Amino acid sequence: MKRTDIAVCGSGPAGLSAAISAASLGAQVTLFEREDVLGGQLVKQIHKFFGSEKQYAATRGIEIARILARQVEVSENIQALPGTTVLGRYRDGSLMVERGQSVEIWQPQRLIVATGASETMLPFPGNDLPGVYGAGAVQTLMNVYGVAPGRRVLMVGAGNIGLIVSFQLLQAGINVEAVVEAAPQVGGYLVHAAKLRRQGVPILTSHTIKEAHGVDGVEGATIVQVSEDWQPIDGTERFLEVDTVCLAVGLSPLAELLWQAGCQMRYVPELGGHSPVRNEHMETTVKGVYAAGDVAGVEEASTALLEGQIAGLAAAASLGYSSEDLPRLLDEAMSELVSLRAGPRGEKVRRGISQVLRHGETA
Amino acid sequence: MRITKHPVIHFPERRRVKFLFDGREIEGFEDEPIAAALIAQGIRVFSRSPRHGRARGFFCAIGNCSSCLMQVDGIANVRICVTKLAPGMRVETQRGRGHLVEKD
Repeated sequence: MKRTDIAVCGSGPAGLSAAISAASLGAQVTLFEREDVLGGQLVKQIHKFFGSEKQYAATRGIEIARILARQVEVSENIQALPGTTVLGRYRDGSLMVERGQSVEIWQPQRLIVATGASETMLPFPGNDLPGVYGAGAVQTLMNVYGVAPGRRVLMVGAGNIGLIVSFQLLQAGINVEAVVEAAPQVGGYLVHAAKLRRQGVPILTSHTIKEAHGVDGVEGATIVQVSEDWQPIDGTERFLEVDTVCLAVGLSPLAELLWQAGCQMRYVPELGGHSPVRNEHMETTVKGVYAAGDVAGVEEASTALLEGQIAGLAAAASLGYSSEDLPRLLDEAMSELVSLRAGPRGEKVRRGISQVLRHGETA
Repeated sequence: MRITKHPVIHFPERRRVKFLFDGREIEGFEDEPIAAALIAQGIRVFSRSPRHGRARGFFCAIGNCSSCLMQVDGIANVRICVTKLAPGMRVETQRGRGHLVEKD
Protein backbone atom coordinates (compact mmCIF):
# COMPACT_ATOMS: atom_id res chain seq x y z
CA MET A 1 0.00 0.00 0.00
CA LYS A 2 1.24 3.48 -0.94
CA ARG A 3 0.51 6.49 1.21
CA THR A 4 0.07 10.16 0.41
CA ASP A 5 -1.46 13.19 2.13
CA ILE A 6 -3.74 14.18 -0.70
CA ALA A 7 -4.73 12.29 -3.82
CA VAL A 8 -5.94 14.45 -6.71
CA CYS A 9 -7.76 12.62 -9.49
CA GLY A 10 -7.58 14.43 -12.80
CA SER A 11 -5.12 17.03 -14.05
CA GLY A 12 -7.34 19.48 -15.87
CA PRO A 13 -7.54 23.08 -14.63
CA ALA A 14 -9.20 22.06 -11.34
CA GLY A 15 -6.82 19.18 -10.56
CA LEU A 16 -3.65 21.09 -11.45
CA SER A 17 -4.72 24.07 -9.42
CA ALA A 18 -5.73 21.86 -6.45
CA ALA A 19 -2.38 20.04 -6.48
CA ILE A 20 -0.36 23.25 -6.72
CA SER A 21 -2.32 24.97 -3.93
CA ALA A 22 -2.17 22.02 -1.53
CA ALA A 23 1.54 21.52 -2.19
CA SER A 24 2.23 25.22 -1.62
CA LEU A 25 1.18 24.72 2.02
CA GLY A 26 3.52 21.75 2.36
CA ALA A 27 1.15 18.82 1.83
CA GLN A 28 2.42 15.78 -0.06
CA VAL A 29 0.25 15.47 -3.16
CA THR A 30 -0.14 12.62 -5.62
CA LEU A 31 -1.71 13.68 -8.91
CA PHE A 32 -3.35 10.90 -10.92
CA GLU A 33 -4.04 11.46 -14.63
CA ARG A 34 -5.28 8.78 -17.00
CA GLU A 35 -3.86 10.47 -20.09
CA ASP A 36 -0.13 10.51 -20.77
CA VAL A 37 0.09 14.28 -20.49
CA LEU A 38 -1.09 16.68 -17.81
CA GLY A 39 -3.65 19.35 -18.63
CA GLY A 40 -6.92 17.52 -19.21
CA GLN A 41 -9.06 19.23 -21.83
CA LEU A 42 -6.94 22.39 -21.70
CA VAL A 43 -4.50 20.79 -24.14
CA LYS A 44 -6.93 21.14 -27.07
CA GLN A 45 -8.08 24.69 -26.28
CA ILE A 46 -6.27 26.75 -28.88
CA HIS A 47 -8.42 29.84 -28.34
CA LYS A 48 -7.64 32.63 -25.89
CA PHE A 49 -9.58 32.66 -22.65
CA PHE A 50 -11.82 35.43 -21.34
CA GLY A 51 -12.22 36.54 -17.76
CA SER A 52 -9.81 38.03 -15.31
CA GLU A 53 -6.05 38.03 -15.58
CA LYS A 54 -5.67 35.75 -12.56
CA GLN A 55 -7.51 33.05 -14.47
CA TYR A 56 -5.24 33.54 -17.46
CA ALA A 57 -7.50 35.67 -19.66
CA ALA A 58 -6.03 36.28 -23.15
CA THR A 59 -3.94 33.13 -22.81
CA ARG A 60 -4.64 30.05 -24.92
CA GLY A 61 -5.82 27.01 -22.93
CA ILE A 62 -2.94 24.92 -24.21
CA GLU A 63 -0.51 27.51 -22.83
CA ILE A 64 -2.30 27.54 -19.44
CA ALA A 65 -1.82 23.77 -19.30
CA ARG A 66 1.90 24.21 -19.94
CA ILE A 67 2.30 26.90 -17.27
CA LEU A 68 0.51 24.84 -14.60
CA ALA A 69 2.15 21.55 -15.58
CA ARG A 70 5.54 23.23 -15.21
CA GLN A 71 4.61 24.36 -11.69
CA VAL A 72 3.63 20.79 -10.87
CA GLU A 73 6.89 19.44 -12.24
CA VAL A 74 9.09 21.80 -10.22
CA SER A 75 7.17 21.26 -6.98
CA GLU A 76 8.96 18.87 -4.64
CA ASN A 77 5.69 18.11 -2.88
CA ILE A 78 3.81 16.83 -5.93
CA GLN A 79 4.22 13.43 -7.47
CA ALA A 80 2.47 13.51 -10.85
CA LEU A 81 1.48 10.14 -12.29
CA PRO A 82 0.28 10.49 -15.87
CA GLY A 83 -0.94 7.32 -17.56
CA THR A 84 -2.60 6.27 -14.31
CA THR A 85 -6.33 5.65 -13.83
CA VAL A 86 -8.09 5.66 -10.48
CA LEU A 87 -10.51 2.77 -10.90
CA GLY A 88 -12.36 3.03 -7.61
CA ARG A 89 -12.48 3.97 -3.96
CA TYR A 90 -12.95 1.45 -1.17
CA ARG A 91 -14.98 2.09 1.97
CA ASP A 92 -11.81 2.62 4.02
CA GLY A 93 -10.82 5.45 1.70
CA SER A 94 -8.15 3.55 -0.23
CA LEU A 95 -7.99 3.84 -3.99
CA MET A 96 -7.50 1.14 -6.59
CA VAL A 97 -5.23 2.54 -9.25
CA GLU A 98 -4.34 1.13 -12.66
CA ARG A 99 -0.83 2.04 -13.71
CA GLY A 100 0.27 0.54 -16.99
CA GLN A 101 -0.51 -3.17 -16.75
CA SER A 102 -0.43 -3.29 -12.95
CA VAL A 103 -2.78 -2.38 -10.13
CA GLU A 104 -1.78 -0.48 -7.00
CA ILE A 105 -3.59 0.38 -3.78
CA TRP A 106 -3.13 3.91 -2.49
CA GLN A 107 -4.17 5.23 0.90
CA PRO A 108 -4.58 9.01 0.82
CA GLN A 109 -5.66 11.04 3.82
CA ARG A 110 -7.71 13.34 1.64
CA LEU A 111 -9.18 12.88 -1.84
CA ILE A 112 -9.84 15.66 -4.35
CA VAL A 113 -11.94 14.47 -7.29
CA ALA A 114 -11.36 16.65 -10.35
CA THR A 115 -12.41 14.25 -13.07
CA GLY A 116 -14.22 16.74 -15.28
CA ALA A 117 -17.21 16.04 -17.47
CA SER A 118 -18.26 14.06 -20.52
CA GLU A 119 -20.30 15.05 -23.52
CA THR A 120 -24.05 14.78 -23.51
CA MET A 121 -25.75 12.65 -26.17
CA LEU A 122 -28.78 13.85 -28.11
CA PRO A 123 -31.53 11.40 -29.13
CA PHE A 124 -32.33 11.35 -32.90
CA PRO A 125 -32.46 8.63 -35.55
CA GLY A 126 -28.98 7.87 -36.83
CA ASN A 127 -27.20 9.31 -33.80
CA ASP A 128 -25.13 6.12 -33.55
CA LEU A 129 -23.62 6.47 -37.04
CA PRO A 130 -19.88 6.96 -37.37
CA GLY A 131 -19.52 10.63 -38.21
CA VAL A 132 -21.69 11.75 -35.29
CA TYR A 133 -19.00 12.95 -32.91
CA GLY A 134 -18.82 14.93 -29.70
CA ALA A 135 -17.61 18.50 -30.20
CA GLY A 136 -14.83 17.99 -27.67
CA ALA A 137 -13.75 14.85 -29.49
CA VAL A 138 -13.56 16.75 -32.77
CA GLN A 139 -11.51 19.43 -31.04
CA THR A 140 -9.09 16.80 -29.76
CA LEU A 141 -8.82 15.11 -33.14
CA MET A 142 -8.12 18.40 -34.96
CA ASN A 143 -6.14 20.44 -32.47
CA VAL A 144 -4.09 17.77 -30.74
CA TYR A 145 -3.64 15.14 -33.47
CA GLY A 146 -4.00 17.23 -36.62
CA VAL A 147 -6.65 15.05 -38.21
CA ALA A 148 -9.82 16.35 -39.89
CA PRO A 149 -13.02 14.59 -38.77
CA GLY A 150 -14.60 15.08 -42.22
CA ARG A 151 -15.09 17.65 -44.96
CA ARG A 152 -18.54 19.11 -44.30
CA VAL A 153 -19.85 19.50 -40.79
CA LEU A 154 -23.20 20.25 -39.18
CA MET A 155 -22.70 21.67 -35.68
CA VAL A 156 -25.52 21.04 -33.22
CA GLY A 157 -25.52 23.60 -30.41
CA ALA A 158 -24.58 27.29 -30.36
CA GLY A 159 -23.23 27.50 -26.83
CA ASN A 160 -19.59 28.50 -26.43
CA ILE A 161 -18.28 25.03 -27.24
CA GLY A 162 -20.34 24.76 -30.43
CA LEU A 163 -19.31 28.22 -31.59
CA ILE A 164 -15.62 27.86 -30.71
CA VAL A 165 -15.26 24.41 -32.25
CA SER A 166 -17.06 25.62 -35.40
CA PHE A 167 -14.51 28.40 -35.77
CA GLN A 168 -11.67 25.94 -35.14
CA LEU A 169 -13.10 23.69 -37.88
CA LEU A 170 -12.86 26.66 -40.26
CA GLN A 171 -9.29 27.31 -39.10
CA ALA A 172 -8.47 23.72 -39.98
CA GLY A 173 -9.88 24.21 -43.48
CA ILE A 174 -13.10 22.24 -42.90
CA ASN A 175 -16.51 23.50 -44.06
CA VAL A 176 -19.20 24.17 -41.48
CA GLU A 177 -22.50 23.98 -43.37
CA ALA A 178 -24.56 25.32 -40.47
CA VAL A 179 -24.80 25.66 -36.72
CA VAL A 180 -28.24 24.74 -35.36
CA GLU A 181 -29.47 25.80 -31.94
CA ALA A 182 -32.82 24.67 -30.54
CA ALA A 183 -33.13 27.71 -28.27
CA PRO A 184 -34.44 30.95 -29.81
CA GLN A 185 -31.10 32.67 -29.21
CA VAL A 186 -27.40 31.93 -29.36
CA GLY A 187 -26.20 30.56 -26.02
CA GLY A 188 -22.51 31.42 -26.24
CA TYR A 189 -20.70 34.74 -26.31
CA LEU A 190 -21.74 36.89 -29.26
CA VAL A 191 -18.10 37.59 -30.15
CA HIS A 192 -17.70 33.89 -31.05
CA ALA A 193 -20.96 33.92 -33.04
CA ALA A 194 -19.87 37.06 -34.89
CA LYS A 195 -16.60 35.43 -35.98
CA LEU A 196 -18.60 32.63 -37.59
CA ARG A 197 -21.10 34.96 -39.26
CA ARG A 198 -18.26 36.99 -40.77
CA GLN A 199 -17.07 33.77 -42.41
CA GLY A 200 -20.58 33.21 -43.79
CA VAL A 201 -21.58 30.29 -41.57
CA PRO A 202 -25.35 30.28 -40.96
CA ILE A 203 -26.37 30.06 -37.29
CA LEU A 204 -29.95 28.80 -37.26
CA THR A 205 -31.66 29.40 -33.93
CA SER A 206 -34.92 27.53 -33.14
CA HIS A 207 -33.55 24.69 -35.26
CA THR A 208 -32.39 21.20 -34.39
CA ILE A 209 -31.27 18.01 -36.07
CA LYS A 210 -34.10 15.64 -36.96
CA GLU A 211 -32.12 12.75 -38.37
CA ALA A 212 -28.67 11.72 -39.51
CA HIS A 213 -28.70 9.70 -42.74
CA GLY A 214 -26.27 7.12 -44.02
CA VAL A 215 -25.48 3.40 -44.08
CA ASP A 216 -22.08 2.96 -42.46
CA GLY A 217 -21.51 6.60 -41.66
CA VAL A 218 -23.10 10.03 -41.94
CA GLU A 219 -23.96 10.98 -45.55
CA GLY A 220 -26.36 13.79 -44.72
CA ALA A 221 -28.59 15.28 -42.08
CA THR A 222 -32.10 16.67 -41.89
CA ILE A 223 -32.60 19.75 -39.78
CA VAL A 224 -35.95 21.16 -38.70
CA GLN A 225 -37.32 24.30 -37.14
CA VAL A 226 -38.73 23.97 -33.63
CA SER A 227 -41.53 25.90 -31.99
CA GLU A 228 -41.29 27.76 -28.70
CA ASP A 229 -42.25 24.57 -26.86
CA TRP A 230 -39.43 22.69 -28.61
CA GLN A 231 -41.69 20.76 -31.02
CA PRO A 232 -40.50 20.19 -34.60
CA ILE A 233 -42.59 22.17 -37.10
CA ASP A 234 -43.80 20.00 -40.00
CA GLY A 235 -42.79 21.18 -43.43
CA THR A 236 -39.70 23.08 -42.28
CA GLU A 237 -37.30 20.15 -42.78
CA ARG A 238 -34.14 20.79 -44.79
CA PHE A 239 -31.55 18.31 -45.97
CA LEU A 240 -27.88 19.19 -45.57
CA GLU A 241 -25.17 17.33 -47.40
CA VAL A 242 -22.71 16.71 -44.58
CA ASP A 243 -20.40 13.85 -43.64
CA THR A 244 -20.02 14.85 -39.99
CA VAL A 245 -22.47 15.87 -37.28
CA CYS A 246 -20.84 17.48 -34.29
CA LEU A 247 -22.74 17.47 -30.99
CA ALA A 248 -22.19 20.42 -28.67
CA VAL A 249 -25.28 20.06 -26.53
CA GLY A 250 -23.75 20.14 -23.10
CA LEU A 251 -21.60 18.25 -20.64
CA SER A 252 -22.36 16.08 -17.62
CA PRO A 253 -20.16 15.62 -14.53
CA LEU A 254 -17.99 12.47 -14.63
CA ALA A 255 -18.88 11.68 -11.04
CA GLU A 256 -18.39 7.91 -10.71
CA LEU A 257 -15.77 8.27 -7.95
CA LEU A 258 -18.04 10.56 -5.97
CA TRP A 259 -20.92 8.11 -6.26
CA GLN A 260 -18.62 5.29 -5.14
CA ALA A 261 -17.44 7.32 -2.18
CA GLY A 262 -21.05 7.68 -1.09
CA CYS A 263 -21.23 11.45 -1.55
CA GLN A 264 -24.71 12.87 -1.55
CA MET A 265 -25.56 13.83 -5.13
CA ARG A 266 -28.36 16.01 -6.46
CA TYR A 267 -29.74 16.17 -9.96
CA VAL A 268 -29.26 19.79 -11.02
CA PRO A 269 -29.94 20.45 -14.72
CA GLU A 270 -28.30 23.88 -14.44
CA LEU A 271 -25.01 22.13 -13.61
CA GLY A 272 -25.28 19.43 -16.29
CA GLY A 273 -26.64 16.57 -14.17
CA HIS A 274 -25.91 14.88 -10.87
CA SER A 275 -23.61 17.10 -8.84
CA PRO A 276 -22.18 16.66 -5.35
CA VAL A 277 -23.56 18.49 -2.33
CA ARG A 278 -20.62 20.41 -0.79
CA ASN A 279 -19.66 23.25 1.51
CA GLU A 280 -17.85 26.50 0.57
CA HIS A 281 -14.54 24.63 0.74
CA MET A 282 -15.67 22.11 -1.90
CA GLU A 283 -15.81 19.30 0.66
CA THR A 284 -18.58 16.82 -0.10
CA THR A 285 -20.87 15.12 2.41
CA VAL A 286 -18.15 12.46 2.87
CA LYS A 287 -15.53 13.92 5.19
CA GLY A 288 -12.15 14.29 3.51
CA VAL A 289 -13.53 13.92 -0.03
CA TYR A 290 -13.52 17.11 -2.09
CA ALA A 291 -14.78 17.85 -5.61
CA ALA A 292 -13.58 20.62 -7.92
CA GLY A 293 -14.18 21.70 -11.50
CA ASP A 294 -16.78 20.31 -13.90
CA VAL A 295 -17.33 17.18 -11.79
CA ALA A 296 -18.78 19.48 -9.14
CA GLY A 297 -21.12 21.05 -11.71
CA VAL A 298 -20.31 22.03 -15.27
CA GLU A 299 -18.98 25.58 -15.61
CA GLU A 300 -15.86 27.13 -17.12
CA ALA A 301 -12.12 26.53 -16.92
CA SER A 302 -11.77 29.76 -14.94
CA THR A 303 -14.16 28.61 -12.20
CA ALA A 304 -12.50 25.19 -12.23
CA LEU A 305 -9.13 26.81 -11.46
CA LEU A 306 -10.66 28.61 -8.48
CA GLU A 307 -12.56 25.60 -7.16
CA GLY A 308 -9.37 23.56 -7.42
CA GLN A 309 -7.47 26.22 -5.52
CA ILE A 310 -10.10 26.30 -2.76
CA ALA A 311 -10.27 22.50 -2.48
CA GLY A 312 -6.47 22.19 -2.45
CA LEU A 313 -6.00 24.82 0.25
CA ALA A 314 -8.87 23.51 2.37
CA ALA A 315 -7.77 19.86 2.13
CA ALA A 316 -4.20 20.74 3.11
CA ALA A 317 -5.41 23.01 5.92
CA SER A 318 -7.56 20.19 7.31
CA LEU A 319 -4.37 18.14 7.68
CA GLY A 320 -2.74 20.90 9.71
CA TYR A 321 -0.72 22.50 6.91
CA SER A 322 -0.87 26.25 6.97
CA SER A 323 0.79 29.51 6.08
CA GLU A 324 0.48 33.11 7.09
CA ASP A 325 -1.60 34.10 4.10
CA LEU A 326 -3.82 30.98 4.01
CA PRO A 327 -6.96 32.76 5.31
CA ARG A 328 -6.46 35.57 2.82
CA LEU A 329 -5.87 33.18 -0.11
CA LEU A 330 -9.00 31.21 0.69
CA ASP A 331 -11.13 34.33 1.10
CA GLU A 332 -9.84 35.81 -2.14
CA ALA A 333 -10.47 32.65 -4.12
CA MET A 334 -13.99 32.34 -2.74
CA SER A 335 -14.87 35.95 -3.51
CA GLU A 336 -13.38 35.69 -7.01
CA LEU A 337 -15.57 32.66 -7.61
CA VAL A 338 -18.59 34.72 -6.59
CA SER A 339 -17.59 37.54 -8.92
CA LEU A 340 -17.05 35.19 -11.89
CA ARG A 341 -20.59 33.93 -11.39
CA ALA A 342 -22.03 37.44 -11.07
CA GLY A 343 -24.17 39.15 -13.69
CA PRO A 344 -26.91 37.86 -15.97
CA ARG A 345 -24.61 35.26 -17.62
CA GLY A 346 -24.05 33.56 -14.29
CA GLU A 347 -27.72 33.43 -13.38
CA LYS A 348 -28.22 29.79 -14.37
CA VAL A 349 -25.07 28.61 -12.62
CA ARG A 350 -25.96 30.54 -9.46
CA ARG A 351 -29.35 28.85 -9.43
CA GLY A 352 -27.60 25.49 -9.79
CA ILE A 353 -24.97 26.12 -7.13
CA SER A 354 -27.61 27.23 -4.63
CA GLN A 355 -29.10 23.72 -4.83
CA VAL A 356 -25.87 21.92 -3.88
CA LEU A 357 -24.13 24.37 -1.55
CA ARG A 358 -24.52 23.78 2.17
CA HIS A 359 -22.99 26.34 4.45
CA GLY A 360 -21.03 25.27 7.49
CA GLU A 361 -17.95 23.37 8.48
CA THR A 362 -18.77 20.14 6.70
CA ALA A 363 -21.36 19.65 4.01
CA MET B 1 -7.39 13.53 -43.88
CA ARG B 2 -4.45 15.30 -42.27
CA ILE B 3 -4.58 19.01 -41.51
CA THR B 4 -1.52 20.52 -43.14
CA LYS B 5 -2.10 24.28 -42.97
CA HIS B 6 -3.20 25.92 -39.74
CA PRO B 7 -3.05 29.55 -38.57
CA VAL B 8 -2.42 28.75 -34.89
CA ILE B 9 -0.99 25.25 -34.57
CA HIS B 10 2.16 23.79 -35.99
CA PHE B 11 2.00 20.02 -36.32
CA PRO B 12 5.54 18.66 -36.19
CA GLU B 13 6.62 15.91 -38.55
CA ARG B 14 6.38 12.56 -36.78
CA ARG B 15 7.73 9.12 -37.55
CA ARG B 16 5.58 7.20 -40.01
CA VAL B 17 4.88 3.59 -39.11
CA LYS B 18 3.11 0.78 -40.91
CA PHE B 19 0.35 -1.23 -39.27
CA LEU B 20 -2.36 -3.66 -40.31
CA PHE B 21 -6.04 -2.73 -40.55
CA ASP B 22 -8.10 -5.89 -41.15
CA GLY B 23 -5.03 -7.44 -42.73
CA ARG B 24 -4.33 -4.48 -45.03
CA GLU B 25 -1.10 -2.56 -44.50
CA ILE B 26 -1.60 1.16 -43.93
CA GLU B 27 0.40 4.04 -42.47
CA GLY B 28 0.03 6.26 -39.45
CA PHE B 29 2.22 8.28 -37.10
CA GLU B 30 3.94 6.56 -34.22
CA ASP B 31 2.34 7.23 -30.82
CA GLU B 32 -0.77 8.94 -32.16
CA PRO B 33 -4.04 7.28 -31.06
CA ILE B 34 -5.01 4.43 -33.36
CA ALA B 35 -8.32 6.24 -33.97
CA ALA B 36 -6.51 9.31 -35.33
CA ALA B 37 -4.51 7.15 -37.74
CA LEU B 38 -7.64 5.39 -39.02
CA ILE B 39 -9.71 8.56 -39.45
CA ALA B 40 -6.78 10.20 -41.25
CA GLN B 41 -7.03 7.32 -43.76
CA GLY B 42 -10.79 7.85 -44.12
CA ILE B 43 -11.66 4.77 -42.06
CA ARG B 44 -14.45 5.48 -39.61
CA VAL B 45 -16.20 2.14 -38.98
CA PHE B 46 -14.36 0.58 -36.02
CA SER B 47 -16.78 -2.12 -34.90
CA ARG B 48 -20.20 -3.67 -35.42
CA SER B 49 -22.86 -3.62 -32.70
CA PRO B 50 -23.63 -7.02 -31.07
CA ARG B 51 -27.32 -7.27 -31.93
CA HIS B 52 -27.99 -5.40 -35.16
CA GLY B 53 -24.51 -5.21 -36.62
CA ARG B 54 -24.68 -1.44 -36.88
CA ALA B 55 -21.53 0.50 -37.59
CA ARG B 56 -19.75 2.02 -34.60
CA GLY B 57 -16.99 4.61 -34.63
CA PHE B 58 -15.25 7.44 -32.84
CA PHE B 59 -17.27 9.54 -30.40
CA CYS B 60 -15.71 10.95 -27.19
CA ALA B 61 -11.91 10.76 -27.72
CA ILE B 62 -11.27 10.48 -23.97
CA GLY B 63 -11.66 6.73 -23.42
CA ASN B 64 -15.05 7.13 -21.90
CA CYS B 65 -17.88 6.11 -24.22
CA SER B 66 -16.82 2.64 -25.51
CA SER B 67 -17.90 3.50 -29.05
CA CYS B 68 -14.41 2.91 -30.50
CA LEU B 69 -13.63 -0.61 -29.22
CA MET B 70 -11.53 -2.68 -31.62
CA GLN B 71 -9.44 -5.82 -31.54
CA VAL B 72 -5.76 -4.88 -31.30
CA ASP B 73 -2.99 -7.49 -31.47
CA GLY B 74 -5.59 -10.14 -30.67
CA ILE B 75 -7.01 -8.35 -27.62
CA ALA B 76 -10.68 -7.37 -27.84
CA ASN B 77 -12.36 -4.21 -26.52
CA VAL B 78 -9.34 -1.92 -26.84
CA ARG B 79 -10.31 1.77 -26.64
CA ILE B 80 -8.50 2.95 -29.73
CA CYS B 81 -9.10 6.66 -29.07
CA VAL B 82 -6.62 6.47 -26.17
CA THR B 83 -4.35 3.63 -27.35
CA LYS B 84 -1.14 4.65 -29.06
CA LEU B 85 -0.19 3.33 -32.47
CA ALA B 86 2.94 1.19 -32.66
CA PRO B 87 4.69 -0.28 -35.71
CA GLY B 88 3.26 -3.57 -36.90
CA MET B 89 0.10 -3.41 -34.80
CA ARG B 90 -2.75 -5.65 -35.93
CA VAL B 91 -5.93 -3.59 -35.72
CA GLU B 92 -9.17 -5.39 -36.54
CA THR B 93 -12.83 -4.44 -36.81
CA GLN B 94 -14.57 -5.88 -33.80
CA ARG B 95 -17.83 -7.74 -34.31
CA GLY B 96 -20.03 -7.94 -31.25
CA ARG B 97 -18.61 -8.13 -27.78
CA GLY B 98 -15.27 -9.72 -28.65
CA HIS B 99 -13.61 -12.70 -27.02
CA LEU B 100 -11.10 -12.92 -24.23
CA VAL B 101 -7.72 -14.14 -25.40
CA GLU B 102 -6.79 -17.62 -24.28
CA LYS B 103 -3.33 -18.07 -22.84
CA ASP B 104 -1.15 -20.62 -24.59
